[in-house]
Amino acid sequence: MGDDRNPKALRATLSSHSARNRADEAEAVHVSIKSDRDIIFARQKGKELASRLGFSNTDLTLIATAISELARNIVLYAKTGEVYLKTVKQGERRGLSVVASDEGQGIPDLQRALQDGYSTSHSLGLGLPGVRRLMDEFEINSELNRGTTVSVKKWVP
Amino acid sequence: MEVPILKQGPYLIASIQSALSDEDLVQLRDALVAQVGKLRSRGVIVDVTALDVMDSFATRTLRDIAHMIRLRGAEMVIVGIQPEVAFALVRLGLKLEGVATALDLEEGILYLNRKMGESGKEMKHRGR
Ligand SMILES: Nc1ncnc2c1ncn2[C@@H]1O[C@H](COP(=O)(O)OP(=O)(O)OP(=O)(O)O)[C@@H](O)[C@H]1O
Ligand SMILES: [Mg+2]
Repeated sequence: MGDDRNPKALRATLSSHSARNRADEAEAVHVSIKSDRDIIFARQKGKELASRLGFSNTDLTLIATAISELARNIVLYAKTGEVYLKTVKQGERRGLSVVASDEGQGIPDLQRALQDGYSTSHSLGLGLPGVRRLMDEFEINSELNRGTTVSVKKWVP
Repeated sequence: MEVPILKQGPYLIASIQSALSDEDLVQLRDALVAQVGKLRSRGVIVDVTALDVMDSFATRTLRDIAHMIRLRGAEMVIVGIQPEVAFALVRLGLKLEGVATALDLEEGILYLNRKMGESGKEMKHRGR
């Protein structure tokens, strides 16, 4: 019986090891945002990475939607920029970090930009406040004529 | 990828197959608005079952298309919004106000049939 148990335990460690290695291989992805097509690519990549962390389907959709909003803002207001996706760890917690950054015009009034309904493009003004609700952590830095960086995270429940 | 549009009786059915680029959305809008006139369609069904993400841009564009279709004298109904997508839309704060939705294609057709019945009755009533 003891002989039986040991190989099993060993197999379990081996497989969990290789699973971790596989996840490590591509735990960061960088997508350059130059046109609306890159928005689709960025959210697909985000979904791929997040699904490996074991997020539920609902969470995957929330994450993909958030990436879409951030990448759309880059295309609309800064023309080009970058989206960095990576898996993160904090103690036992694992999560996905999304950083959307550009060197565009920046946001003059951050307080207002984070309010529902504020838009300079006659849109709905739901992107930024919506992303805040979709993700667990939200941080935004913007400097006039320098650019904007939005960093968000979602943790696997 | 272009969205195929099928004519079924008095209705047009547009089945979105995969994530749409802006170009695809514009093409869909122009095609629907034109076809409604050409084929004298009374209703339009846009099937989004295959969409795994609907962001604020896609939603706003679909809403605009629905309003344009109404201005052309037809009704539009969006069918097949997935449960996860519905959840994300609510979180985002998107309401899709003034746009009809139905569970699936079948329900969408029933919805349009009902609408056509109503407007038919209304017209008869006015005629009297
Ligand atoms: N990367 C950015 N660079 C410069 N300005 C930005 C950027 N992102 C957002 N903004 C500004 O912040 C405002 C609010 O952004 P938000 O995404 O919330 O709404 P929106 O893009 O106007 O509308 P929606 O996203 O609902 O279609 C924008 O109208 C724009 O003025
Ligand atoms: Mg936006």
